[in-house]
Amino acid sequence: MEITVKTAEQLRLTAEEFGLIQEKLGRTPNFTELCAFSAMWSEHCSYKNSIRWLKTLPREGKKMLVKAGEENAGLMDIGDGHGVVFKIESHNHPSAIEPFQGAATGVGGIHRDIFTMGARPIASLNSLRFGNIKEAKTQHLLSGVVHGIGHYGNCFGVPTVAGEIYFEECYHTNPLVNAMSVGVLKNGETISATAKGKGNPVIFVGSATGKDGIGGASFASANITGESTKELPAVQVGDPFQEKKLLEACLEVIHTGAVVGMQDMGAAGIICSTAEMSAKGEVGMRIDLDRVPARQENMKAWELLLSESQERMLMVVQKGREAEVVSIFEKWDLPAAAIGEVTDDGLLKFYMNGELEAVIPAHELVLGGGAPQYERPFSEPAYFKKVDAFDAAQVAVPDDLRAVAEQLIALPNIASKRWVAVQYDSTVGAANTSTNEPSDAAVVLAKGTGGKAGAEKALAVTTDCNSRYVFADPYTGAMIAVAEAARNIVCSGGQPLGVTNCLNFGNPYDPEVYYQFVHAIKGMGDACRKFDTPVTGGNVSFYNQSPDGAVYPTPTIGMVGLLDNVHHKMTLDFKEEGDVIFLLGNSYDDLGSSEYLHKIKKVEFSPAPHFNIEEEYGLQQMVAGLIGKKLIRSAHDVSEGGLFVTLAESAFPRGFGFDVVATEKAIRKDAYWFGEAQSRVVVSVAASRVEEFKNVVNGFPVAYLGLVTDGEFVVDGMNWGMVEAWKEKYDRSLESHMARLVDADACGLTQI
Amino acid sequence: MKFGVVVFPGSNCDRDMQDALQQDLEQEVVMLWHKDTGLPGFGTDDCIVLPGGFSYGDYLRCGAIARFSPIMQSVTRFANEGGKVLGVCNGFQVLCESHLLPGALLRNANQQFISKNVWLRGVGDNGRALKIPIAHGEGRYYADEKTLDELGANNQVIYRYCDENGTIGGAANPNGSLRDIAGICNKTRNVFGMMPHPERACSDALGNIDGRLILRTLFIDAYEPSVSRKAGLVNQ
Repeated sequence: MEITVKTAEQLRLTAEEFGLIQEKLGRTPNFTELCAFSAMWSEHCSYKNSIRWLKTLPREGKKMLVKAGEENAGLMDIGDGHGVVFKIESHNHPSAIEPFQGAATGVGGIHRDIFTMGARPIASLNSLRFGNIKEAKTQHLLSGVVHGIGHYGNCFGVPTVAGEIYFEECYHTNPLVNAMSVGVLKNGETISATAKGKGNPVIFVGSATGKDGIGGASFASANITGESTKELPAVQVGDPFQEKKLLEACLEVIHTGAVVGMQDMGAAGIICSTAEMSAKGEVGMRIDLDRVPARQENMKAWELLLSESQERMLMVVQKGREAEVVSIFEKWDLPAAAIGEVTDDGLLKFYMNGELEAVIPAHELVLGGGAPQYERPFSEPAYFKKVDAFDAAQVAVPDDLRAVAEQLIALPNIASKRWVAVQYDSTVGAANTSTNEPSDAAVVLAKGTGGKAGAEKALAVTTDCNSRYVFADPYTGAMIAVAEAARNIVCSGGQPLGVTNCLNFGNPYDPEVYYQFVHAIKGMGDACRKFDTPVTGGNVSFYNQSPDGAVYPTPTIGMVGLLDNVHHKMTLDFKEEGDVIFLLGNSYDDLGSSEYLHKIKKVEFSPAPHFNIEEEYGLQQMVAGLIGKKLIRSAHDVSEGGLFVTLAESAFPRGFGFDVVATEKAIRKDAYWFGEAQSRVVVSVAASRVEEFKNVVNGFPVAYLGLVTDGEFVVDGMNWGMVEAWKEKYDRSLESHMARLVDADACGLTQI
Repeated sequence: MKFGVVVFPGSNCDRDMQDALQQDLEQEVVMLWHKDTGLPGFGTDDCIVLPGGFSYGDYLRCGAIARFSPIMQSVTRFANEGGKVLGVCNGFQVLCESHLLPGALLRNANQQFISKNVWLRGVGDNGRALKIPIAHGEGRYYADEKTLDELGANNQVIYRYCDENGTIGGAANPNGSLRDIAGICNKTRNVFGMMPHPERACSDALGNIDGRLILRTLFIDAYEPSVSRKAGLVNQ
């Protein structure tokens, strides 16, 4: 077959990229080689349109044990000879087409990134975005994604401890499914994704290779259209049982000391793992593709190279110790086969039945090597004018605030996500402390990492991003995402350590989308520098765009914090009748981008809420100090739904009420109770400690709101009813939407 | 006495059970591999635990493949000789599939996986509801009427789902289990199975140690003959 520009374009490479490949090889590539470049130079693997800006993020810190982006996931020191490994990744495109498998394999992939480094995953998180919950399509996607995440995670045996779900029209065609995994390891037992040592055998382990997921990396690098369902073979199929065995076997193999390097096979399968491991070790590999365990006969070289069959690992082991390694995989009933060896010429040579099928210098394929890096033009989005034109004076203050509050508490973005959470095993591992004692970030015991039983170290973990804020103002919105993550960790008693990011945007070739990307990166960078939380790695997902337009810019932040002793944990729930409720932080006359303004007042365009990073920093220092002095009994940050929703959420767990009064008379009532100005935390203080509390917060903006009561919500002197009724509305909202789906499914009536 | 915790491929609560027994309850624990063909060193005072998880992937039917594993042949012999056996969640499913316990565990009534704290009445509850987490997709206990009647008559129901105040049944039954059954034992009272996870409620740091009461009363205290009589099994 003759290879031309047209072939390259069919494989989603550009004419210039085809020229570059010819130049680098000094000849025209054959089809197999072209396929390799197509996968490796896809946006998904090469970061070609994002890497220049990603490099501006703070990627260094005292506690970072590997450089950002160097390994499969970030690794940070948690003291006493242990480290935390964490990463977030998107599986948006597969989930849009096949929500169950798309989400399931997203979970599987991110866990592999963690244990391929030698860490045992201890917590899962996810950040999900869908269209309008009232649409049958959304219900189908939500149901499938939740089922997929649950199925894989529950079976694999890692608790899903936290997450977020938003519903906005812009995600109707392009849902976002971001999955995060957090693991712990002993320093020095880390395995690098590096190939070294001429003659060392290359071993393939895990599930046999099939034709599933071929071209997944390049599929994830294109817009979603009506034609996309024809790409179903590009969606992988997951098997959590295989992955569980792979986890245990890999951790056992690492203990032999025979492993030189290891990398999981995710996007772009064998070609990606061989290329990245070789390039990093500045070596080459000779691979006999016919020795790869295959589940289908007559697979071609390019199919074997590109297959994204799940639950597979590539391992380089010390020559002479193959038998030892293979015996452990046999113990776990997993296929393991030597498929080649490390060479010293820097070339990847792929053979099929002795015939040479492809020869490519490894470094030409990878990011930081031959993969192209682009500078994309950007321009300020036209819709900013509509944002600037917002005038709060045009929005009438409602007469009946209670009626608004009742609507607000049942909005899908605010209401309880119980319908989702109960489908995830959140208690396996016996380490998730937030099941019984809820906190803003989930606090998970890091067992076996120092500290005696009951006083162990713990990790505070969270994912955060309000993408409507980022849409309104990419720079400020991204700063808020980082600030909120740090605030959640601080309110849980943790010290923020580091960040992993999942950057979900539209088409980077659209200058307005690229503007959002560039400014979100700038905001994220500035905030991460302020909070001393370096970006340890992550993932970019462009092309979340359909003919209707791009999704809101969604730079999801996954953050990990440390509690030296789990007893330093702070919870969010009110503890006792008579405790005094205070608001830490300034109140503002601000409705910007609030759920109230957008969903109830139907205002599409308004500025991001008030945010000042110095104010935020001061607030977090104050909260951390109060927790350290054991002066507060609960801490819960103000986020979606504003102050009223925050109070309600603190009241719900133990069924308390509150009697509170707005302190700032100059602020309009809807802004005071429902506005989402940032950098505010509601705390409760035992009556006997109030004097001491006041001494500590002296000089800091703090407002006395009222008291914790036995069950009534009293706001500005008006009785708004009992906590049970409010909780019922909050808990049942999402369920009531989804119950309709379950009924329709049972009758076979669901429309997709 | 000592505990042996079986590790099947796909077990994922084996380490939690080990930690709860070893660290929280200070018991001797030996980990056992599914390919083992005997239980050397275990006598009738000891207890073999089949932990939760998805043994062999739970393809076909939960616990259906584990039943045929080498270790289960030994566990069945051990149980028939009077040795104590506890199955939690997937372990309970394995015990039913192995016919060491009567009945079966069907898909939850709402057709979904359910992970949450539930309340239980039964052995060791000292008159109050015990808070224990469940996490299963197939936990709806089913048996024919005759078997259910026998379980009741013989005092074999060790736990039933209740609400926070201890009232059994109704909306407190999370999965549609017949007669609100959360756990049972065999006639000879040496094989125990339950869907809730006591091992996930044994650590102070998790804010709930009701699981210790269950494991203590069923096995550790029961090992002391004087305590055993007092503990008794509660019929609901």
